[in-house]
Amino acid sequence: MKSKSVHLLLGGLAAALLAAQLAYADPTLLEVRAVMHRDFHARGQAVMSRVDQDDVQYLCTITRDKPPAHRVKEMEAAQLAMIRYPADGNYIGDWKRGAKIASSGKGMTWKEKPGQNRGGGCYNCHQLSPKQESYGTIGPSLKHYAKVRPGIEGQKYVYGKIYDSKAFNLCTQMPRFGTSHSLTEQDIKDVTAYLLDPASPVNQ
Amino acid sequence: MLALRTSAVLAAAALAIAAAPVHAQDEKKEIEKYQKMLAEGSPVELFELEGADLWKKKQGPKNESLEKCDLGMGPGVLKGAYAHLPRYFADTGRVMDLESRLVHCMVTLQGRDYKEATKRVFGNADKPSELEYLAAYVVGKSRGVKIAVSTRNPKAKAAYELGRQLFHYRAGPWDFSCASCHGVAGKRIRMQSLPLLDKPSGARRTYATWPAYRVSNSQMKTFQWRLNDCYRQMRFPEPTFGSDATVALTMFLAVTANGEPYDGPGTKR
Repeated sequence: MKSKSVHLLLGGLAAALLAAQLAYADPTLLEVRAVMHRDFHARGQAVMSRVDQDDVQYLCTITRDKPPAHRVKEMEAAQLAMIRYPADGNYIGDWKRGAKIASSGKGMTWKEKPGQNRGGGCYNCHQLSPKQESYGTIGPSLKHYAKVRPGIEGQKYVYGKIYDSKAFNLCTQMPRFGTSHSLTEQDIKDVTAYLLDPASPVNQ
Repeated sequence: MLALRTSAVLAAAALAIAAAPVHAQDEKKEIEKYQKMLAEGSPVELFELEGADLWKKKQGPKNESLEKCDLGMGPGVLKGAYAHLPRYFADTGRVMDLESRLVHCMVTLQGRDYKEATKRVFGNADKPSELEYLAAYVVGKSRGVKIAVSTRNPKAKAAYELGRQLFHYRAGPWDFSCASCHGVAGKRIRMQSLPLLDKPSGARRTYATWPAYRVSNSQMKTFQWRLNDCYRQMRFPEPTFGSDATVALTMFLAVTANGEPYDGPGTKR
């Protein structure tokens, strides 16, 4: 009798715990998205569809940026297919203009008009010119980057990396400046020049 | 002898500093020195005093003050109240943070319209907002009190879990989540150190020093502003003031900071 009531008590406890766990279970990403649609509002160019995740954002969120290897290959390939390389085959623009884009952390916010203040925010996360001491450290140093990525292959890589970083490292924190229409083809050519042109301060 | 040795050590240190390139460690020390200097000349006390006046000021259709506002410790009890926010409030059935609760008191005690009370939640250097003054006053009454935000209530627990998910939710044209900048220790944007916020090691000190006076803007900034401006920089749509999502994210950060003696309003660069 006594053992039965203990058993019942334990069973009841387990059920209560299970219910508690269910009630406290992590909200799914669909639920999080629904909350964001309810609790955020569009402002200027920052429209509500910006909170809807694409497959890359979704996978990187649920795996906390550690995606399983078997998914990485196909998804990086899909990102690679998004890159529109310049039709003229020329990846190098004006490094001086590229320097301005690299220094600017502006653009794409609700305070700015579409296409206005197009910045790459490069210095927010990377060291580039050895003369610029105010640089961030979220990304690797790109000082003297022409040595790291020589030749036309290097140019194509850098152009593509800026255009769609996720094609090369699926859950990188770096934005996809071309795919997201944050920078134009000319902007990306100019930043590529800033990184690779021998005359650019980055390579001095 | 001691003086001589000290000055020799100082001279050697000065030489070493002059000779060596500026290392990260030195930079950090320089920044800490700068922050200390900032704190000594900070006008946060003026904001607290102004906030105290606003707290007692009779206004709104009911011509009432906020002195009977219940921030969770009972009507009018301010001591330690902020150290326990956000929390679940039975009278609204919601989890509320400081700012949403203050607005609730403006509406219920003073009879003010919600729209009017939230028309200007973020001020500027020339004219700070009512909420910025009030927040400075209220949080000052928790200085030295250990942050102890409870998730015992199921809705509080749910807010914490939602906040944790929001923290890691990657979206927007630039694919950012809060963790993009605040998920790894020891990183910085430009020269600004980024606190790791989903672990107590980073969250405790950072959370315990908000709201804060920002020297670069000459403004008192509330935590709702802090979240708002992060989302702006993440290129997201705008979080609605006092919404459940903002309270949930605050809840997640506050719980992660639990145990830290509250030390605000802070002074930031």
